[in-house]
Amino acid sequence: MDVMPKWADVVLVPIVSLVLAAFLSALLILAIGESPSEALKLMVEGTLMRSAGWGYMLYYTTNFIFTGLAVSVAFHAALFNIGGEGQAMIGGLGVALVCLFIPWPHWSLAIIGASFGAAIFGMIWAGLPAYLQAKRGSHIVITTIMFNFIAAGVLNFFLVGALKPKGSMDPATANFPTSTHLPTFEDMAQILGIEKMFRSAPANVSFFIALLACVAVWYLIWRTPLGYEIRALGKSGPAARYAGVGSVKIIMIAMMISGALCGMMAINTTQGESERLILNFTEGAGFIGIAVALMGRSHPLGVLLAALLFGFLYQGGAELALWTKIPREMIIVIQALVILFTGALTLMVRAPLERLFLAVWKG
Amino acid sequence: MDFLTLIQVLDSTLRLATPLLLVCLAGLFSERAGIFDIGLEGKILAAAFLSASLAFVTGSVWIGLLAGIGASVAMSAIHGLASITLRGDQIISGVAINFLAAGLTVVVSQAWFGQGGRTPPLKSGGRFEPINFPGAVPSKEMADAGPIMQIYSELLSGHSLLVYVALLTVPLSWFILYKTRFGLRLRAVGENPAAVDTAGISVVGMRYAAVIICGVLCGIAGAYISTALQANFTKDMSAGRGFIALAALIFAKWRPWYALGACLLFGFFFAVDNRFQNILLPAWSLSAALSIMTVGLVGYVWRKDLLDKFVLGGLAFGLALIAFMIVASVWDVGTSTQIKIPVVFIQSLPYILTVVVLAGFVGKAIPPRSGGVPYVKEK
Repeated sequence: MDVMPKWADVVLVPIVSLVLAAFLSALLILAIGESPSEALKLMVEGTLMRSAGWGYMLYYTTNFIFTGLAVSVAFHAALFNIGGEGQAMIGGLGVALVCLFIPWPHWSLAIIGASFGAAIFGMIWAGLPAYLQAKRGSHIVITTIMFNFIAAGVLNFFLVGALKPKGSMDPATANFPTSTHLPTFEDMAQILGIEKMFRSAPANVSFFIALLACVAVWYLIWRTPLGYEIRALGKSGPAARYAGVGSVKIIMIAMMISGALCGMMAINTTQGESERLILNFTEGAGFIGIAVALMGRSHPLGVLLAALLFGFLYQGGAELALWTKIPREMIIVIQALVILFTGALTLMVRAPLERLFLAVWKG
Repeated sequence: MDFLTLIQVLDSTLRLATPLLLVCLAGLFSERAGIFDIGLEGKILAAAFLSASLAFVTGSVWIGLLAGIGASVAMSAIHGLASITLRGDQIISGVAINFLAAGLTVVVSQAWFGQGGRTPPLKSGGRFEPINFPGAVPSKEMADAGPIMQIYSELLSGHSLLVYVALLTVPLSWFILYKTRFGLRLRAVGENPAAVDTAGISVVGMRYAAVIICGVLCGIAGAYISTALQANFTKDMSAGRGFIALAALIFAKWRPWYALGACLLFGFFFAVDNRFQNILLPAWSLSAALSIMTVGLVGYVWRKDLLDKFVLGGLAFGLALIAFMIVASVWDVGTSTQIKIPVVFIQSLPYILTVVVLAGFVGKAIPPRSGGVPYVKEK
């Protein structure tokens, strides 16, 4: 186990996995007749070389921080929350109800209300599978997958029914009142007196809430008794029970925190960007959270960095789809490879590294 | 609803249940050998894409079928490598396979055909055509035929070859799993791999065999979707069937004959959903059904602890609220007003039923004991 120093385990394994994923993706791009170096150049230029690109990237990053943290918290309790997608959808419902039916005087109050709405709805949606795991022993992976589909049904039901304004054709709620609209990075730059920054990019103040969530999760997991209990249960269920940690309580709490974080993703997409609740607003972010958490080794700092990377990939992928024959789905392939190498084929990545370290240490 | 309509719905049930059944049995082999497989969805998708592509290019549906099986087995091999040889996390590997298939199929089909992730429509020869039994009446004359003839011509005849293959796979799987030595060993590997190892049988070999069988069956299912049910590949055309099959597998408690029942039931939901846009029921009956569930839940949690009371009580409250709202909404016009069942409810039923079964309220579903645990040989 302790063949490699800790830094190597934390830094080298994800980086080697990423390099492998990038290499295979480059081969795929070559195989479909495009140039990988051109593709990379396009991605960097479209994302990092202009402020609007940053604005899009940070918008995606915000989603991935929330879902990545959510998956991480569950991972610490040895639970696999694959239901982030469904929890985010129901969280979106919470945001919509709060924004549509409460007359908010100012966005700063609205975002607090919406955060609570999103978190509570997400919590409820994660709470049921958690209860079934804790009390009835139903496998959380299967139940959360089922709850994803049921959530899609619930969202669909409300968007073609009760929440759709009369006379409207598309399945969406009415636009949220202007007082709930969140300032985007463009608005904030203007307040600081900088014009023409982040032009019409969707990144908004919820990015800072995501950063706060990183700090909060770090504090919770490593600085509180509850976090200690969560980690203890995750490392060894029997040992934790022997030490008096109630597994039912911890499973419930860890999953509900996870669900709340997933739900809060909706303040970025629903209150911040679309400013009404639409179908498919999650765009698979709940699943990307899995890749982000694996890549970030379930640590908030790692999650932040991995979320930035995936934000870059998403915005870069949009650029590629715009200028080349490479479709957006290329990003899903990269995401799959990252999950595969960091999550399932870890032994393949670790074993050669460990051998290398052994050789260097001895010699 | 007349008799012919019923037969037509059952006919469509059979067609829609076929891919579920093949995938469900695929999952059955894999999970019975102790390898969880969340990646069924990805395997069907990869198979559907490659079989539609090669059937289009070569004009032969058989080459398409083989290619589909090849694609699915390749995905299975990755899953096997990750979860058997490298002892990685089976669930994460399955998730990765789903994404790999979802991404690759679109990227490659865009590169090959340039039609935004679709493959060109298949002509005859590139598809599995319906097989008409001797003496079956064509659908135009169906209304005049007698009930027995309708059953024979509409329900039994006129399906593509793979539908019959899928139905035959059920007894075959049962026979292999319960009546052969191979099947006994395969089931044992999922329950207690150490015992199998002690008997001098390769756990790794058995598990790979199971994963490959799973790949072959998923491959047939994928080929069926893109060359028999539809006539080309479209993006994400597996449409969650892998997960529904997984649900059916749990519903069937990991048994082949039960799997047939579960898949036909779920296929029936889809057939009903396709056929009837409006399902109407009197308001009072809906409210009564919900109220009975509420009372049942309250009765169940009466002597349970606080958490049970809170969660299930909350659920009961929610159901009671819906029952009340249904009655309140039709109070003025009378409680026998017909209420439309939301389409999404019928679509969500397979998932809801699976959760209920998983929760163990209606017969407990117990998975193979060593499922999801990599086997480490003692050194």
